[in-house]
Amino acid sequence: MTYDIAVIGGGPAGLAAAIEAKKNGVNNILVIERDRELGGILQQCIHNGFGLHVFKEELTGPEYAQKFIDELRKEGIEYKLDTMVLDISEEKEIKVVNTKDGFMSINAKAIVLAMGCRERTRGAISIPGQRPSGIFSAGTAQRYINMEGYMVGKRVLILGSGDIGLIMARRLTLEGAEVLAVAELLPFSGGLTRNIVQCLDDYNIPLLLSHTVVDVIGKDRLEGVTVAKVDNQFKPIPGTEIHYECDTLLLSVGLIPENELSESAGIEIDPVTKGPKVNEAMETAITGIFACGNVVHVHDLVDFVTEESRRAGKNAAKFVKNQLSNEGDIISTKAEDGIAYIVPQVIRLENIEEHLDLFMRVRTVYKDASLIIKADGEVIKRIKKRHLAPGEMEHIQIKRSDFNADKIALLTVEVEVKGGEDE
Amino acid sequence: MSKTHEMICIVCPLGCRLKVTENVELRVEGNKCKRGKEYALKELTFPTRVLPTTVSIKNGILPRLPVKTNAPIPKDKIFDAMKIINKVEVVAPTKVGDIIIANILDTGVDVVATRDMDEREKV
Amino acid sequence: MYDVAVIGTGIIGTFIARELSKYQLKILMIDKENDIANGTTMANSAIIHAGYDAKADKNKGKFNAPGNKMYEKLCDELDVPFKKIGSLVIGFDEEDQNTIKELYKNGLENDVEGMEILNKEQVLEMEPNLNDTVTGALYAPSAGIISPFEMAIALAENAMDNGAELILNSEVTDIKKVDNGYMLEIGDRKVEAQYVINCAGVYADHINNMVASSSFEIKPRKGHYFILDKSVGSLVNHVIFQCPSDKGKGILVAPTVHGNILIGPDSEFIDDKENLGTTAERLDFIRTMALKTTTQIPYHTIIRSFTGLRATADIGDFIIEESKEAKGFINVGGIESPGLSAAPAIAEYVVNLLKEISGGMEENENFIATRKKFIRFNELTDEEKAEVIKEDPRYGRVICRCETVTEGEIVDSIHRNAGATTVKGVKKRTRSGMGRCQGGFCSPKVVEILARELGEEMININLDSLDSYILTGKTKENDLYKQ
Repeated sequence: MTYDIAVIGGGPAGLAAAIEAKKNGVNNILVIERDRELGGILQQCIHNGFGLHVFKEELTGPEYAQKFIDELRKEGIEYKLDTMVLDISEEKEIKVVNTKDGFMSINAKAIVLAMGCRERTRGAISIPGQRPSGIFSAGTAQRYINMEGYMVGKRVLILGSGDIGLIMARRLTLEGAEVLAVAELLPFSGGLTRNIVQCLDDYNIPLLLSHTVVDVIGKDRLEGVTVAKVDNQFKPIPGTEIHYECDTLLLSVGLIPENELSESAGIEIDPVTKGPKVNEAMETAITGIFACGNVVHVHDLVDFVTEESRRAGKNAAKFVKNQLSNEGDIISTKAEDGIAYIVPQVIRLENIEEHLDLFMRVRTVYKDASLIIKADGEVIKRIKKRHLAPGEMEHIQIKRSDFNADKIALLTVEVEVKGGEDE
Repeated sequence: MSKTHEMICIVCPLGCRLKVTENVELRVEGNKCKRGKEYALKELTFPTRVLPTTVSIKNGILPRLPVKTNAPIPKDKIFDAMKIINKVEVVAPTKVGDIIIANILDTGVDVVATRDMDEREKV
Repeated sequence: MYDVAVIGTGIIGTFIARELSKYQLKILMIDKENDIANGTTMANSAIIHAGYDAKADKNKGKFNAPGNKMYEKLCDELDVPFKKIGSLVIGFDEEDQNTIKELYKNGLENDVEGMEILNKEQVLEMEPNLNDTVTGALYAPSAGIISPFEMAIALAENAMDNGAELILNSEVTDIKKVDNGYMLEIGDRKVEAQYVINCAGVYADHINNMVASSSFEIKPRKGHYFILDKSVGSLVNHVIFQCPSDKGKGILVAPTVHGNILIGPDSEFIDDKENLGTTAERLDFIRTMALKTTTQIPYHTIIRSFTGLRATADIGDFIIEESKEAKGFINVGGIESPGLSAAPAIAEYVVNLLKEISGGMEENENFIATRKKFIRFNELTDEEKAEVIKEDPRYGRVICRCETVTEGEIVDSIHRNAGATTVKGVKKRTRSGMGRCQGGFCSPKVVEILARELGEEMININLDSLDSYILTGKTKENDLYKQ
């Protein structure tokens, strides 16, 4: 089987990329989805808050997904459900299996990686204690409750104040469970502030900042969890333990781009984002393999995933049509003081039409600071920010015309603090 | 004497930090758009929320259908609304936007389906 | 009335039951847990030691090397993964080098084959990631790695294929001497057997004391472990032991048979035989200790930490004998390391012992030594994958994406003898949930498949024990509102 573009993943990233590629003149596209339906994780994110940028209206996850699913069908783009990609090669051969077609080998001119991300686990953060049932990742619990209709517990403690953790605190409360507290290792929440207000404050659920789980008790089902305050090295402070009797512990301790397939293809991974290094076209280090959405870096807003994926889809189409330039100056981006990472990592100036989009996260919370963009050490842009937080991705646009120097090798972004770091 | 309230706008994910000063009249600062001002004033006088949840569905490819109130409802009516929503069972297929419960609790707000739900294939 | 009751279905109980199933005997395997191999066999170093460690005059020394030699054939018969990768005991100073020489000498006495003492360069050539402060090593090529619980499950399955019976969730609460044997009380149930073999692991003393006066005591030692992600599975290629010293036995770093890296264990005597909890202090201790072997350990790739118990007997050796006070009651207790390595040899010895006690046993002419091949989708070639899915489309649905485990494998693991009934049971048999996402993605699907195949409601599917329920009810069906 041969396609112009194979899109791996039928979530928001894959759908947007496929639709955009079609709109840019490529017809022979296949979307490969491992789940039983399209839409990806959005189908279990039944809360509102999606779509304000892209659709200028507030949608729930399934509504947001539905718009793309409808459009994909309208465009007549082919997709396979319940289909797992086993392997991708550098030569763009994709091995897949499903129950209907069996084992298939698919060749594509371009591939768009849109596999999303997965949740960090208890093991990854080495939470001590016993190993009873009743410990769920927030996403697993979300699927059980919102899609399968099962409750995962009655008295719940949540570790991690990322958005899924916050959203699940409200969701569990609405379905009759008692959420005792949300504990967060860091001195600030990794979630959107609006979610702290409408998911915790609205329901009087305490948020324990600088706290972590130090013991898990229960041989069969979870019976209790001990939480303690941590110092600035994240070490638990003896004597600050609080014990909660609960039957459920939800973990919302971070997301990791899912790049097993990217690695098997030999794609270079950024150690900070844990996603492929990409250029301005969302193309990975392997020519013709593109990536977008949470597989590249974890986003907080699906709207930004959509925008990024449209860019990937458009450029994949350009690539297929031999319209993507590989000539001209190449600029590297580098995260400097206060910035954790920048996507894209590489820019081919030739392909920038009107403006360059840079996405980044800061390392900690800042009040009244500025983002300073430098080209080879020279400030080309300065953006004032009243509030910066690691939980909220920053997006900077630089006009093509701002690159006025003859040749630029390095583009850096740093945080300049005026009022000092917050807390 | 003026009284101030600090709050975070939840209208959109930007999460503007608002300061409302109660003097002769209410003054809102920190909002990036006019919806922020509306939110702040409403939050002080008559707080409302959109309620997203699920209802039981028969013969669907899944046993639960996601729904939401198509407009915000008073914050203090959320649990009463949940009690009503929890008693409802719909039958597949449904379409996104289908009205599941009209005018819930006389709020003038409908509970609507937020996705299409096909029928389960008959075995 | 059974001929033989085997109490405990760890590696020892299942090896003995399977060995007994070669004879015309009515055999009952009994376990207090909800699955086979849920105790010490579930959580240990998973190493088939070469046998240079224990003294030849001890049972440990007597059974280790012979047991090691039996594994290859057994794993082949029972389709259990086993890799003979060899081990290194590495030293860092003069004292260590002396220990290495002593171990070598002891190994010769125990008939360990192929050992070599390596110098620094040889060691670093074999294991380039080790710290270059290493001074030398004892290399034992016959050491191997295995999945102990998969072995025990395969043994139980094969024993059942050959007629043995199994009861789970059956704690033996008392044993009484009756005419021609013993009566075992299992809660309200009573089971009679002519001979009883006590393989109750950390509870072997407790079981012995039901029929005889206390002749040994099991003092369990807990050990903590880390598992690293498969992506760093090539950190070391052999089982790497630190040289034992006065300070302790050291921390090992070893590949697992499925391609992860295992680091551990520490050793701590404990009182509560049921508490398998980890502590931050102990995990930190292992983390630090292992750095002596290699500073290259990528600790950010840890996917799981856990503890296991060792059934250490106060007499310091394996106890493998008929009780002096209870005829026909055989104790197989205190089987700590190298118990897994010694297990097949112990089983053979115990069956011969029973032959003597009983005055002879008739061979089971219908005994089949092999079990039905387990299709491991991940290990098949592309052509084989295509073929397998054609025959059974359920092999075309990947349930566990980290370990590439298909629905076909999960269904198979449920319907075999000694099959899975729990999420952990499926995990032990198929590796679904063993990967880097630790079941986050696949566990709801596994619950669904278990419910469907067992004709149960999803709500009734447990993680492991009967009380380890996963789901607490359905949404929309509660009246818990307190607001």
